[in-house]
Amino acid sequence: MDVIISSIGGLFLLLGGIIAIIGGIGVLRFPDFYTRMHAAGVGDTLVTGLILVGLILQMPEWLVVIKLIIILFMTLFINPTSSHALTKTAFQNGLLPVLHKKEEANKGDAGPSTR
Amino acid sequence: MKHTIHLSLALALFWLFNSGHTGLLMLSLAAGSIIFVVYIAHKMDVVDHESTPVHLTFKLPGYYAWLIKEVILANITVLKHIWLGNESISPTLSRIDISQTTVLAKVIYANSITLTPGTISVGIEGNRILVHALLQDSIEDLKKGEMDRRVTRLEN
Amino acid sequence: MLIAATLAILVVMFLAFIRGYIGPTFYDRILAVNMFGTKTVLFICLLGFVMGRPEFLDIAMVYALINFISVIAILRYSGSFDERRPPGNRKSIGRDV
Repeated sequence: MDVIISSIGGLFLLLGGIIAIIGGIGVLRFPDFYTRMHAAGVGDTLVTGLILVGLILQMPEWLVVIKLIIILFMTLFINPTSSHALTKTAFQNGLLPVLHKKEEANKGDAGPSTR
Repeated sequence: MKHTIHLSLALALFWLFNSGHTGLLMLSLAAGSIIFVVYIAHKMDVVDHESTPVHLTFKLPGYYAWLIKEVILANITVLKHIWLGNESISPTLSRIDISQTTVLAKVIYANSITLTPGTISVGIEGNRILVHALLQDSIEDLKKGEMDRRVTRLEN
Repeated sequence: MLIAATLAILVVMFLAFIRGYIGPTFYDRILAVNMFGTKTVLFICLLGFVMGRPEFLDIAMVYALINFISVIAILRYSGSFDERRPPGNRKSIGRDV
């Protein structure tokens, strides 16, 4: 039983590593800053979750499990805050996003890029 | 007073899980540090229902269980579009109406939007929230208001 | 598996480093710093398990907090790094109509 659970944990770790690399490629590949933020968000949420859950499934002692859970929650609350602060600062300092072509044609909903 | 007690309890649990020691000297040091932190929090005037949202204790786990499912689905979409390349994405900037009234619920909603990959909240202006999305479909999903309704259910 | 995941995180840290090197804007570099920091937290956790010393988790926790505070502090003073628009035009951005 123990072997099964820890190999499931190993699978989670491997999946997390692969997804992390795909997210890193996305950060290099996407065209502008705002779209790169989305690719970085993949690394912040799913990769952190998969790797920390994978470590929990390796079944360390209970104190270590609780610390891993604390780190998981801390990351899930802190990362959106810092990404929001980064995006908001970039937007207020005048970095304009590259928008979809159809969106630029009918200038209705999108705010600052149309003015 | 209620919030002070809850804050002290939370800090005590956090200290215990971080150290794991139960000696007399360590426990007295813990008590001293907790009192110090609570004193500073009172000086800063941040001990209220926003910093220690105890009234949400039983509602938050259900909401976050639903949110984790959404985050995983959104992650799969973004990963697919990383492989499909720059021609497949349609970056959109749009304003979305929100129905929450309290500041705490607005912050939870904006935080959930940012936590979901593919959508980032850029700013809150009164009753509207400015969202940048990787795909136009995610904006349409947000405008349907599923997440908005669930957050509104949290606050009352 | 632990070592494979550690190597993958190292590769991602290298990718974030490349993004920070080629820029092109100031905010891309901060994004790279933030990403590097979160990956460092995971790297420290994994390294603690590889070396059999879970005490490393405390360091990871502190690193997560330092990373957050440093990003916020850099952003706080980033207003003057604006090269793309003249200062008079800046106020109209991000405000409601």
